[in-house]
Amino acid sequence: MLRRIPLEDTAILCALCLVLLGGLAILGWGVPVPYVLHGWLIALAAGWGILWMVNRLADAPAQAPQAYSDKVIRFGVVAALIWGIIGFAVGDILAWQLAIPALNGDMAWTNFGRLRPVHTSGVIFGFGGNALIATSFYVVQRTSRARLASETLPWLVFWGYNLFLVLAASGYPLGITQSKEYAEPEWYADLLLLVVWLGYLALYLKTLARRAEPHIYVANWYYLAFIVVIAMLHTVNNLSVPVSIAYPKSYSLFAGTQDAMTQWWYGHNAVGFLLTAGFLGMLYYFLPKAVNRPVYSYRMSIVGFWGITFLYLWAGSHHLHYTALPDWVQYLGMTMSIILLVPSWASVFNGILTINGAWDKVRTDPAVRFMMVAVLFYGLATFEGSFMAIRPVNSLSHYTDWTVGHVHAGALGWVAFITFGAMYKMVPWVWQREGVYSLKLEAWHFWLALSGTLIYVGAMWNSGITQSLMWQTYDADGAFLYSLLDSVVEMHPYYAARAVGGLLYLIGGCIGAYNIWMTVSGPRKTKSLQAGPIPSQPAE
Amino acid sequence: MSTQHQKLERNSIGFALAILLVASIGGIVEIAPLFTIENTVEEVEGMRPYTPLELAGRDIYVREGCYACHSQMIRTLRSDVERYGHYSLAAESMYDHPFQWGSKRTGPDLARIGGKYSDAWHVAHLEAPRELVEGSVMPGYAFLSDTRLATGHLPAALKALSRAGVPYTEAQIENAEKDAVWQADFEQNFEGELQESYGAKVQVRDFDGQPGRLTEMDALVAYLQMLGTLAELDTLDPEESSR
Repeated sequence: MLRRIPLEDTAILCALCLVLLGGLAILGWGVPVPYVLHGWLIALAAGWGILWMVNRLADAPAQAPQAYSDKVIRFGVVAALIWGIIGFAVGDILAWQLAIPALNGDMAWTNFGRLRPVHTSGVIFGFGGNALIATSFYVVQRTSRARLASETLPWLVFWGYNLFLVLAASGYPLGITQSKEYAEPEWYADLLLLVVWLGYLALYLKTLARRAEPHIYVANWYYLAFIVVIAMLHTVNNLSVPVSIAYPKSYSLFAGTQDAMTQWWYGHNAVGFLLTAGFLGMLYYFLPKAVNRPVYSYRMSIVGFWGITFLYLWAGSHHLHYTALPDWVQYLGMTMSIILLVPSWASVFNGILTINGAWDKVRTDPAVRFMMVAVLFYGLATFEGSFMAIRPVNSLSHYTDWTVGHVHAGALGWVAFITFGAMYKMVPWVWQREGVYSLKLEAWHFWLALSGTLIYVGAMWNSGITQSLMWQTYDADGAFLYSLLDSVVEMHPYYAARAVGGLLYLIGGCIGAYNIWMTVSGPRKTKSLQAGPIPSQPAE
Repeated sequence: MSTQHQKLERNSIGFALAILLVASIGGIVEIAPLFTIENTVEEVEGMRPYTPLELAGRDIYVREGCYACHSQMIRTLRSDVERYGHYSLAAESMYDHPFQWGSKRTGPDLARIGGKYSDAWHVAHLEAPRELVEGSVMPGYAFLSDTRLATGHLPAALKALSRAGVPYTEAQIENAEKDAVWQADFEQNFEGELQESYGAKVQVRDFDGQPGRLTEMDALVAYLQMLGTLAELDTLDPEESSR
């Protein structure tokens, strides 16, 4: 007997069928081989998803268990670690290529230009994105005291997102890219991500709607801002006209100046809403939990949140100082970037002052140490960012390694530190283990990561400022003292040092992954840690 | 403030909409006017859409991710202008889908690289950079000389660009494949036709030093050799350019 298919399942099935049709069209009409392979991958994944859904629907509807859905979170943790190791490793290979250019191999798929997006997408979207999806699922359930609002959507979001990542990372070495920084994937991967992301948004809102708590906790504001704003940025910046269904290639809808402004509106806010807002959500849950203290100030949370949500979107034009972008946009971007320091540091102080009364934990618990240092690096990077947005400073820093150092102060020091800190807490919780396998290894990871970051950032500050000064130095007759090549040669020791710093960071990451692996393979905890049972009925 | 905010915190849809509203203001104020304010892109003579061969070269530039190390944007700073030439105008990238201004100069800016070196230099340098420039950290691109240029998609590519606003004529779209082959023809038999279609500055010759063979190197060098050569900078109205 047929029973009615719930609306949600119908919508999911329709979406999966659309993705399947897209995949079939690509594998049918596609001309370049890598593109056809992507078509197969999409079609097989969507087909598998449809069978899985139909299979579930054929069974009698099972009652959702009265517990949090943690299994998908575990998958997210593992995926984040795998992408993290890939992303760190490729990043370090790139660093060595700049120090020893023969390492490029001079083959199409091993050259710096094609590998670089594998590193950036791997760490930002692979490591960062999976960590955000996993922790957001954890946080929204705990702070709402409700199970995720769907049994199927979390899995489709997880697998769909990782399919997007595989399409992206396998496409770059094979030459599939739109070469828009941090938005390199081509139109078909972008469309897939859009579908996945709308599912993520729907799931998040539906879960919040079932909450047993009257108020939405501050960490969820940030996760929500991350999901909503990334959806907007991704859609607008990736507007493009595909050549035809037969080719992966597309041309962006906007050109030149307008395209540049749209791209950096996107690029700066991928930093603002993925690498900042999302991870502030992580901070606002895991730091208070780890130190067992309430968030220092509710008011400061509000100011910080809305300040960031409003101001970040204005700041992108500071990437285009002294360019062909109209001056009024440049000055507006600079002004807003400076004001942005206020809400950024509101979050920094809110984080640091939350630790008050539990500072001993910084000494005894490496996870808290990770989080504390993350907040410090966040404060450093946001100060540096506002500083670099000032036009005269930017005339020195732009186009140089200083920018690379700045990004890595934020990415290595803030994003990855808060992620590792949160993971060392969350892994024992979602796998129901007593604690992390080895605090000693955790401390090793911390010190390797910290020294790697300091070496990296220190090398890039030096190389960036050296470059810039060499480019702007004149002799007494008003001629340039150095050729560009002189500055390239001068970079060698810094590039070598940076590669060593990156290697330390990679080793730390591997130790972290090993530690988490051993934690997971260890014995289960005897008694459940969960504070309270989930109420059987949602509030309202 | 706190009590009002507490109301908002009780409504998840309202909260999401509030985020969308607050976050969209910046883009609306900074980006939308760029499409309507007329002097965003100044008027300068000489700009024209890329020829099919140059476009194919540009697609290779995009595919290889050259923007990761090379900018195409000379800023209005003295040290930029004296090293690389007249500062870049918005008009000079008006047909660039996507823009390739870049964000990093591990190597030099390329906005005005066209005509600065010979074709043979570019080919030799791309194939083995350190043979010509001791101390360079650039990867080698010898494989471009061995790879035949795919031209089958060029009509569709021009069509897609015209949908995005590039003023290609029907004839240019139709002849895209032929035009690409003609531009790299070593006998330069069709120079007249190409210049009639794309203007007097179209450079017609064998670019890669392999006469009779159309390679990706032909396309990339053709693209590099036209970069920055189009805009008639002396026709620029100084009043208008100092926005």
